[in-house]
Amino acid sequence: MHITDILVTGEPIIYGAMVSMALVGLALLFILTYFKKWKWLWSEWLTTVDHKKIGVMYILSALLMLFRGGVDAMMMRVQLAFPDLGFLNSQHYNEIFTTHGTIMIIFMAMPFLIGLMNIIVPLQIGARDFAFPYLNALSFWSFFFGMALFNISFVIGGSPDAGWTSYTPLSGAAMSPGPGQNFYLMGLQLSGIGTLATGINLMVTILKMRAPSMKLFHMPIFTWSTLVTCFIIVFAFPILTVALALLTIDRVFGAQFFTLTGEGLPMMWANLFWMWGHPEVYIVILPAFGIFSEVIATFAKKRLFGYHVMVWSMIVIALLSFLVWVHHFFTMGAGAFVNSVFSVSTMLIAVPTGVKIFNWLATLYKSKIEFTVPMLWSLAFIPSFILGGVTGVMLGMAAADFQFHNSYFLIAHFHYVLIAGTVFACFAGLVFWYPKMFGHKMNERLGKWAFWLFFFGFHVCFFPQYFLGLDGMPRRLFITNVAEWLPLNVISTIGAFGMGLGFIVFVYNVYYSFRYSERETTGDSWNGNGRTLEWATTTPVPYYNFATVPYVDEIDPYIRMKEEGKTTFEEDKVKPIHMPSYTGQPFIMMALLGLASFGLVFEWMYVAVFGLIGAVFMMIRRSFDYDDGYYVPVEEIKRTEKKARGL
Amino acid sequence: MKAKHLRNRWLGLLPLGLILFLSGCGQLEMTVLDPKGPVAQSQYDLIVYSLWFMLGIIVVVFALFAYMLIKYRENRPGRKESDYDPNLHGNTTIEVIWTIIPIIIVVLLSIPTVTTLFDLEKPPEPAAGEEVKEPLVVYATTADWKWFFSYPEQDIETVNYLHIPTDRPIEFRLSSADSMSALWIPALGGQKYNMAGMMTKLYLQADEEGVYDGRNSNFNGEGFAAQTFKVYAENEEEFNTWADEIKNEAPELTADRYDELLAPGMTDVQSYSNTHLDYVKHHTREGMGYVVEKYREQFKEKLHLYEIDKQESFQ
Ligand code: HEM
Ligand SMILES: [Cu+2]
Ligand SMILES: [Cu+2]
Repeated sequence: MHITDILVTGEPIIYGAMVSMALVGLALLFILTYFKKWKWLWSEWLTTVDHKKIGVMYILSALLMLFRGGVDAMMMRVQLAFPDLGFLNSQHYNEIFTTHGTIMIIFMAMPFLIGLMNIIVPLQIGARDFAFPYLNALSFWSFFFGMALFNISFVIGGSPDAGWTSYTPLSGAAMSPGPGQNFYLMGLQLSGIGTLATGINLMVTILKMRAPSMKLFHMPIFTWSTLVTCFIIVFAFPILTVALALLTIDRVFGAQFFTLTGEGLPMMWANLFWMWGHPEVYIVILPAFGIFSEVIATFAKKRLFGYHVMVWSMIVIALLSFLVWVHHFFTMGAGAFVNSVFSVSTMLIAVPTGVKIFNWLATLYKSKIEFTVPMLWSLAFIPSFILGGVTGVMLGMAAADFQFHNSYFLIAHFHYVLIAGTVFACFAGLVFWYPKMFGHKMNERLGKWAFWLFFFGFHVCFFPQYFLGLDGMPRRLFITNVAEWLPLNVISTIGAFGMGLGFIVFVYNVYYSFRYSERETTGDSWNGNGRTLEWATTTPVPYYNFATVPYVDEIDPYIRMKEEGKTTFEEDKVKPIHMPSYTGQPFIMMALLGLASFGLVFEWMYVAVFGLIGAVFMMIRRSFDYDDGYYVPVEEIKRTEKKARGL
Repeated sequence: MKAKHLRNRWLGLLPLGLILFLSGCGQLEMTVLDPKGPVAQSQYDLIVYSLWFMLGIIVVVFALFAYMLIKYRENRPGRKESDYDPNLHGNTTIEVIWTIIPIIIVVLLSIPTVTTLFDLEKPPEPAAGEEVKEPLVVYATTADWKWFFSYPEQDIETVNYLHIPTDRPIEFRLSSADSMSALWIPALGGQKYNMAGMMTKLYLQADEEGVYDGRNSNFNGEGFAAQTFKVYAENEEEFNTWADEIKNEAPELTADRYDELLAPGMTDVQSYSNTHLDYVKHHTREGMGYVVEKYREQFKEKLHLYEIDKQESFQ
């Protein structure tokens, strides 16, 4: 087989992408070699099991994917505003909306949130790391190689083009031959392993590793949202795993689970997909709710209103999220009764969600609102999300949904919830906890620029799309061939570029703040307004997190600690701390599984089997691994703490 | 500082203004909000009914939101000591109220949703004083990327265009020869899926004569954008004349000709003096794999339908 058989050729955009990928790759190689950073890269990052570093790697990858998905989005918007340019043809457009949707949900939103959880949750509960640090590294690398696999499809083999929902029979071997669809299946399968493992890992961490006496109902709300999310992950992801596996077996080994021939059941895919898919959207929204709650309470300088109700509403949402999947195909013709049931269950979700909105508003009541950048993102979320929420209820009214389904009304709705919910939260959380991660804040002025550009761009981009939907414009349409649709599409594209600008300013701010921001000296970065334990550690956080773990028996424990002058360093109580050793095994194991997946994508069975054997070998090796980690001596802890605290 | 806060306050109201503005002036133009038949009308009514609730919710939340931001911002001049209560953390009465009200709203939205859902399963009722007409049965079958409309009553078949009589319910029997698609004529009512190996029913009706846009609204590959058709709604007489004309003048749809048409790709508008229903039944389990098996090799080729880039070639 020639290399030209697997490279995607003949397309200027793709040549451009190849060249830029090659250049970036070469530049990275050069920098690493020139500055002699290879060893540093390996021993500090690729082998790390430290939850904070893994979190940083998650967030960096997610930002990269936000960029990739954003470029996809811009290309689509250019095509839709200027259909006469012939910028993208049908096939291109189909590939691009598919990769855009998949990347944004699986490789941007989820890892971004998981990254924040990685860094913050152990700190919030007073833990020294995850319950299973090795597994945590494994999760990250499985996500990373899944992401890499999915992304190379652009230049090698061709991208999937059946939508992020990958409905059968379209996505089956008969109608979508070639490796494209396999990239989707294997990319998601590989990264799904990591998500599932993280779900279990965080669940155990939260349930078993809390500071002494911290009850479940003492936990910070972000930790609660993480715990609830973990339950959703653990129940939902196996469904995806099975569905992906069945479709892979269909495509690669010629089974007939979802095919038109051989009595297959194509609609079964839609069911399985959304049984995972709907809970999935709550996987990316509940942590966002948690972040907003933390940020709002902090900058309102007030206790979160209705803490218990907030927790219970998340639990109710999580339960309901498993009972509504049919609303994604009301139009399948399951009958009035089935549709009625799912219609009502869908609308019921609005109740706990509405309760949460009112609780946030009540938190602002009798508060002292300070408009910092994270607070701006969080405040902007409330009115924006309402617009997405009410249209969600409208979509839930099945009889009306027959007109909304598959139209731009739907596109507008889910971008309103995903961007105003998840993406705003990712930005809010990143800016909020940035000083914890990097030892300096992000510049506020640039941050506000980024915020306002993104915020305006967002509404200008997506609000008109509700009306496009009502005018009958279907989603996934590569050409706006109806004259009445054009003006609103142009407006929408302008908005998209506003968001693009906002993102650029945000990224520039990362660089700018790295150069010029004041370095943090205390751990309680936001003018001493921290409420939860993560602010009680010094900045940068020592790798063992807490020299001494505080005793917690209330919500917002750090407020009391500050009143009583307590810290996480009580010199006479310091004991040696047990820490896990760094190891390269997770990286290698997942690289091998990545190789196996790559082999399966092209149906090169030797490669697949080789990779699989290698991975199994790594697992066996792990079973005979007797490295129990090491102890940090008391002396070293004291030295580190004294230096960080300027004692 | 001051100016910044003012900006905040009004920004929240911006989208609301847009809603009012666009829904005010757009009402006449947007297809879904300009129904041409009883089915679309019932869906329109439901949408408008729900919009009132949604507007209500938006107004309440936006107002509360604006109030909180204005009144409780930290450096508002003239803040009083009593404007800050850091330990306020709950109030059962108010929490019960704001749980009950959404539940009531959900109930109020559910009732018309459910009744409309059940109504949509039956042919639309005739207007008061008019006779009940048997629905006209039309089999609407898709194959990548075209539409076949078979009229068993008239024994004719059209490709990529549709004629219907006004004031008579149409019973669409939807099916697909290959990929999943959906029949959507927004002016006449909402969509339903066409699936191979199954038959779904969709009732629609036109009250006004006219030409409406119909399309496949469920993405199904390269030719998706071009899988559209025009709907000619005309009075009973004109419809019958048209049908007779097709019956008498159009060529016969032979099994071979039909097979050719099924091959993945696009075709122009066509008419035939018989239906394909005698040859294959795509909605049965036996007929479900017919096209895929016949054209497996052709599906493997990327068709690169470059002609669909040119808008003019759309109907
Ligand atoms: C930069 C802002 C964004 C813009 C301008 C944008 C634009 C678009 C466009 C034009 C489409 C294709 C619509 C169609 O032809 O059907 C689309 C689809 C989609 N977008 Fe976005 N998007 C943005 C951000 C996001 C984010 C942040 C997410 C998720 C967290 C997301 C999730 C999706 C999904 C799931 C689809 C559906 C893909 C499919 O149909 O298979 N988007 N977006
Ligand atoms: Cu859903
Ligand atoms: Cu079905």
